[in-house]
Amino acid sequence: MAGLELLSDQGYRVDGRRAGELRKIQARMGVFAQADGSAYIEQGNTKALAVVYGPHEIRGSRARALPDRALVNCQYSSATFSTGERKRRPHGDRKSCEMGLQLRQTFEAAILTQLHPRSQIDIYVQVLQADGGTYAACVNAATLAVLDAGIPMRDFVCACSAGFVDGTALADLSHVEEAAGGPQLALALLPASGQIALLEMDARLHEDHLERVLEAAAQAARDVHTLLDRVVRQHVHEASILLGD
Amino acid sequence: MASVALSEAEKVYIVHGVQEDLRVDGRGCEDYRCVEVETDVVSNTSGSARVKLGHTDILVGVKAEMGTPKLEKPNEGYLEFFVDCSANATPEFEGRGGDDLGTEIANTLYRIFNNKSSVDLKSLCISPREHCWVLYVDVLLLECGGNLFDAISVAVKAALFNTRIPRVRVLEDEEGSKDIELSDDPYDCIRLSVENVPCIVTLCKIGYRHVVDATLQEEACSLASLLVSVTSKGVVTCMRKVGKGSLDPESIFEMMETGKRVGKVLHSSLQSVLHKEEGLGPKRQKVGFLG
Repeated sequence: MAGLELLSDQGYRVDGRRAGELRKIQARMGVFAQADGSAYIEQGNTKALAVVYGPHEIRGSRARALPDRALVNCQYSSATFSTGERKRRPHGDRKSCEMGLQLRQTFEAAILTQLHPRSQIDIYVQVLQADGGTYAACVNAATLAVLDAGIPMRDFVCACSAGFVDGTALADLSHVEEAAGGPQLALALLPASGQIALLEMDARLHEDHLERVLEAAAQAARDVHTLLDRVVRQHVHEASILLGD
Repeated sequence: MASVALSEAEKVYIVHGVQEDLRVDGRGCEDYRCVEVETDVVSNTSGSARVKLGHTDILVGVKAEMGTPKLEKPNEGYLEFFVDCSANATPEFEGRGGDDLGTEIANTLYRIFNNKSSVDLKSLCISPREHCWVLYVDVLLLECGGNLFDAISVAVKAALFNTRIPRVRVLEDEEGSKDIELSDDPYDCIRLSVENVPCIVTLCKIGYRHVVDATLQEEACSLASLLVSVTSKGVVTCMRKVGKGSLDPESIFEMMETGKRVGKVLHSSLQSVLHKEEGLGPKRQKVGFLG
């Protein structure tokens, strides 16, 4: 980590945040009219859109239908202009496929799939601008979109990343902090039960520190939950006014 | 391509309405839906724009990267188009499903920009035969509610208007080796003149008449349409017939005239909106997808 001081002596990060502070989150549900559910989220400069179609009949081969639960189908794509250097393909590369699988795993844990046997739920996420924490932004956007589609879930899924610099755990890493190459942890949490839907860590971290990093990520995810909950309540409130209740 | 299924009765209703110059949403045959344009929505691009036309939602990002000029045009830069039909628009586009439509639209864009007057490509040259700017124009289709081509061309024009390319200087030392120096001031940029950038006007033949800016329902009633790209002065730069039906030559000329007339109005209102938005300055509150 030569050259760049990720955490100053006074405890401030490169963008002026404290160690456990999140970037500004702004979100909106019901962005598109044609999809069953849609949402948009901005976490700092990371911007993501999520769209949900379903539950509907299985598309393509019927052999994929599951007799006891719904099939959750996820596609992650990131706009060719989203990153600093232009990307060649928006989806289909190795990283996008992996992201798609991770999202699928996350949402299979959260959606009550057994209520819709032999059907399919499509979740498509699109990153418009990437500035670190794309997985977290995608999960948070997809949660809002699934809620907007009215698909029953066990709980919200709230995700956040965390890192570890100079003995301190940092929450919600930005691109600069990710690029510095320290350990990185991505966590998706079901906040009410405290269950973990997805946990992934890159790079090396001493076992003794893991608990602190995990706790920082979980706390950040709980903060995200507070914010998302507010967005959902606001949306429902506005919708109920429009309906004239 | 995303489409809707209509019954015979619904089609008859739309066709009869068009004959009376009254469409389902109350517009006349030559009226556009309300267009929303916002530029500079993605901050890590050189220029970007989002256009919403009814339910059609388009995001365009332009990235300027350095490349080598093409052999046949050693003192010009060039534009590259890419259209991503994302699964957001319709589940049919998942995986490789949107590739055909994306290629078709990208090829149309190449064609309408394939003339000397559209964009001043010479201004994109840094040093002949060695370096030039390549503008990657990436179109992202987020929702389709009819009239994709027009919306995309408007978005591309708005994004090119918003594009700022850093100014570079070529320094040459005694031995003849060249060095490229980037200006220290981040606001020292070159901008493209979009005066002659064409916009597409699609005219859908419905019954005996033609309409502009057809919705998905109207597109389902039309057998063929004519795509005309016009500049702000009313010059036609490209024309294409799309759709499975046929058109008689007379109606093609009629449609071209309409296209030119409507195109001029479209250009002038787009220009005024873009200038008005720019007049608001850098302190403008960005709305993006939050509004």
